[in-house]
This record gives sequence, structure tokens and C-alpha cells, in this order.
Amino acid sequence: MKSRIPLVLLACGSFNPITNMHMRLFELARDHLHQTGRYQVVEGIISPVNDEYGKKGLVSARHRIAMAKLALETSDWIRVDPWESEQQTWTETVKVLRHHYNESLRSLQFKKEIMKNKRPTEGSTVDSLPYQHPVLPELKLLCGADFLQTFKTPNLWKEEHIKEIVEKFGLVCISRAGSDPAQYINESTHLTKFQHNIFLVKEWIQNEISATQIRHALCRGLSVKYLVPDSVISYIAHHNIYTEESERKNEGDLLQPLKLHKTVNPLND
Amino acid sequence: DPDKKTEVVLLACGSFNPITNMHLRLFELAKDYFHETGKYKVIKGIISPVGDAYKKKGLISANHRVTMAKLATEDSGWVEVDDWESSQSEWLETLKVLRYHHQKLLSPDPTNSLQNAIPLTKPGRKRKQEPNRHDPVKKKNQSPDIKSVPQLKLLCGSDILESFGIPNLWKQEDITEIVENHGLVCISRAGNNVQKFIYESDVLWRHKNNIHLVEEWITNDISSTKIRRALRRGQSIRYLVPDVVQAYIEKNNLYSPESEDRNAGVVLAPLQKYTSD
Repeated sequence: MKSRIPLVLLACGSFNPITNMHMRLFELARDHLHQTGRYQVVEGIISPVNDEYGKKGLVSARHRIAMAKLALETSDWIRVDPWESEQQTWTETVKVLRHHYNESLRSLQFKKEIMKNKRPTEGSTVDSLPYQHPVLPELKLLCGADFLQTFKTPNLWKEEHIKEIVEKFGLVCISRAGSDPAQYINESTHLTKFQHNIFLVKEWIQNEISATQIRHALCRGLSVKYLVPDSVISYIAHHNIYTEESERKNEGDLLQPLKLHKTVNPLND
Repeated sequence: DPDKKTEVVLLACGSFNPITNMHLRLFELAKDYFHETGKYKVIKGIISPVGDAYKKKGLISANHRVTMAKLATEDSGWVEVDDWESSQSEWLETLKVLRYHHQKLLSPDPTNSLQNAIPLTKPGRKRKQEPNRHDPVKKKNQSPDIKSVPQLKLLCGSDILESFGIPNLWKQEDITEIVENHGLVCISRAGNNVQKFIYESDVLWRHKNNIHLVEEWITNDISSTKIRRALRRGQSIRYLVPDVVQAYIEKNNLYSPESEDRNAGVVLAPLQKYTSD
């Protein structure tokens, strides 16, 4: 039996706050990849963006991480990673991918070392083969279809990063019934070239819980129960995180990637 | 007292096969809506799963459906499950369920009646269900003041409202009594046809003040049909239903191609009843 490729799903984003929809993306992606017969999804990672991203209404990473942790308490395969949020500055997505890929290689190496030190069992069984010839894990970026669209936004992404993301890593892109991400792929040379590495998953059960709407509801004292885990709702209430004031944070500021790339490309001024 | 708010109880009828986060959301949306009007106060939500005699395709045993709904609302301070409808041996019209619950609201609160011998545990239990209620509704029920009886309204999605138009599914006089004596709270997605539907119906138009339309801006179309489909295909339903419901379904292996075939070819109870009348 051909062994499946171990796969890690990484979702980058504000998670401001985390919602049931975010977690649903992971479940959908995992089901889809398992159905291909080629992959074994071993881990899901949520990587909340750094505060320096400068997005309007972005509350402190400390809170966003805490909320994600609470939400994922009951998940046995998805976890939150604070690395990106702990960096000094905003980090490009490709760098976050590189970091987590290296980490997964390291943990694979660690497992290899453990196996080497174990006494070999009688007879080499099929099960021990993967440790002699380990299948390298793959790390893919999990996202929504709107994310694909952002590749077109001027100065938001560097060309070579888009290329590296789809070529070296790959995308798992969840879209609603009615939207056509294949179109965006068609419109981009890079995406078209590596479309075999872009997995399109259709979400038939509409569940578009946008975090922005959640924040609006919270500001107005409206209920978000059953859209966001109860533990997260309690946390938000306890710390009074989302207010009219928090929503005005970074108002009028440019997003960090736009600032960065503007200085890199003086021709665009 | 001009500041006194009208108390409202929401009743949701349906298959709840299984209950989903969307069903639970309907209650939250309706409650927020009424509170924002400043005129109403929602004091209770009731989930009334339909009886097995409804004969809908894929409808599993009421026992399971009631249990799942109870698990889902365990931590809710105001929404509860009522199994009166589901324990009837015959299918009951929605109007009859409304009348039953309305009657229950009219009769004096048993915990305050000095004539009834009630076990001591009961008052405690009631308090646990409604921890945040400061209004002494119990006291009001003792007085003959009819105005203080809460209004019972049918909570539903736009699909129920639009089903009023399906031949032989509803009795016209039932629809009239529902909107006239009780009222509807209809949750629908932005860009729906509900207003048009109300406009095109004389009965609904006449009582449109008693039909409260609530717009759901956060798209949340988690239909039970889709949940059952996902389960048959071994797909995850996490974060679409409460974790306890998902665990219960898994443990009891509730939904399968066989369960979906239940009542296949059988005529739905209301259609059977009204076509033969």
C-alpha cells in the first residue's frame, strides 16, 4: 500500500476574532485531501498575524492568540502557533510558511532519531519502512477564495513570493458555491502553471461567518452565540475586547505590506 | 405602565433532524431583534421537535432528536426543549402545538399555586432555567390581568413561511389563526423573497404587523439535510452543530443511507390528512 504523504495545513490571517468558520475550513480541507487518497493530514496550524500588520480594528495578538487557544481546546489536531505574532515586525506569508515547514522537518528528524535508538523488532515489517525512507511532509497554505483574489492587489504581494507559495508549498482554497476560484487561477500565470498544487474545495454548507460582522455584532451588544465558541465569547466579554474604540485602531493607516512594497517599488509612486 | 415591555415566548417547530447551530442561532437573532425594538422582552425559547408520525423522509426516531436538542440547549439559560408534540401518537398541526403552549402560559404558575402539592425540588429547578430573570412574572400570573400573559410567537425561517403556499400542507384557517392570535418571527437571509410572499397573500398582509421579519446578515445556511449528507459521506460536521450533538450522533451512528430511506415513498402526514379531507 502506497504510503500517504503527511500534510500540514497552515492558515494565516487576522483571526480577529476566530470564528466557527475558520475552524470549519480546516475540517473541509482535511476531508478533501484525505479523499484524494494521496495525503494524510497530520496537523493544522492557525497563525494569527502580527500586530504590526496594521489592519483596521486589529486587537492585540495576545488576545487573538488566547481566543484561538480557547476555541481549539477541543480539537485534537489543530493548534495555534504564536511565532508569527511574536516577531518584531510583520512577516511575509512565505516566510511563515518556510518557518513552519522547517519546523515540521525538524520534528520528522526528531522522530527518525527516536526510531534509530529503538531496538529493531523481529523482522522488518512494512510499518517500519517509512522511517527508513521517510516521506517528506508537505505544508500547504489554507485559505478562502477571496485570498486568491488578493494576489492581484497592487503592492500587496511580491511576485516571487506568490511563485514560491504555489510552487514549493501549495494552496488549499475553500470557496462557496457560486464563486469561481478557477477563474482567478486562469487570470494569473503563476497560479495557472502550478494549478496542480492548488486544491479547490467547495463549501456547500454556507457558513460565511466574517469576523468583521462578528465584531460589529459585539459592538452593538448582539449575540454571536453558535457562531463563535462559547469560551471565546466569554473571553471577549470578560476583557471587553471589541468596542467602538478598538474598531478605530489603525484607522487611516496603510497595511504593512503595502507600506513595505511601496518603498521597494518607487516607480509605483 | 408605558415602560412595561411585552413578554414574548418563542416556539420553534420542526424536524430538528438533527438540530444545528443554525437552529440555535434563530433564537439568538429573534431575541436580539425583540430587545432592540424596546417594546418586547423575550423570556423563553421552546424547541418542539415534530413527532415520528410526520413521516418525513429520513426522519429518525423522536427520542434521538429530542435528546440531541436537549444536549444542545443544556447550557442555554432560556431555550429549552419540549417533547409534548413528539410524544403524541399522531401528527399534530402546528396550530395545535401553539394552542397547547399558549394554554400552558395562561394557566397560573404551579410553583406559586398554594393549592397544588409541588415537590420542593421544583422551584429550584425553575430558577436554574431562568437565572437572569428579575421580573417577577410568577407573581403576575396570579393576578387576573390578561395583559401580563406573555405572547407566544412561532419562530421560523423563510422556508416555513413560504411553505404556506404549498397546496395541502397547511389549512388556510390554521394560517389565519397563527398570524392573528399568535404571530410569526421569520428569520431570513438578506435578499430573500419573504416580503414579496407576504405582499401576495391577503391573509398574511392583513396581519403583517404580527409578522416580524428579522434579517440574518451573517450567512449561516446549515441545513440538517446537508448535515445528514455529509455524515453519509464520512465528512466532518464539526463547528456546524454543537460538539455534544456531533459526539452523540457519532456514538449512536444515527445517520446512514438506511436512515435516509425511512419513509421513502410515504406521503407526508399533513398532505395525507388534507388531501383526504
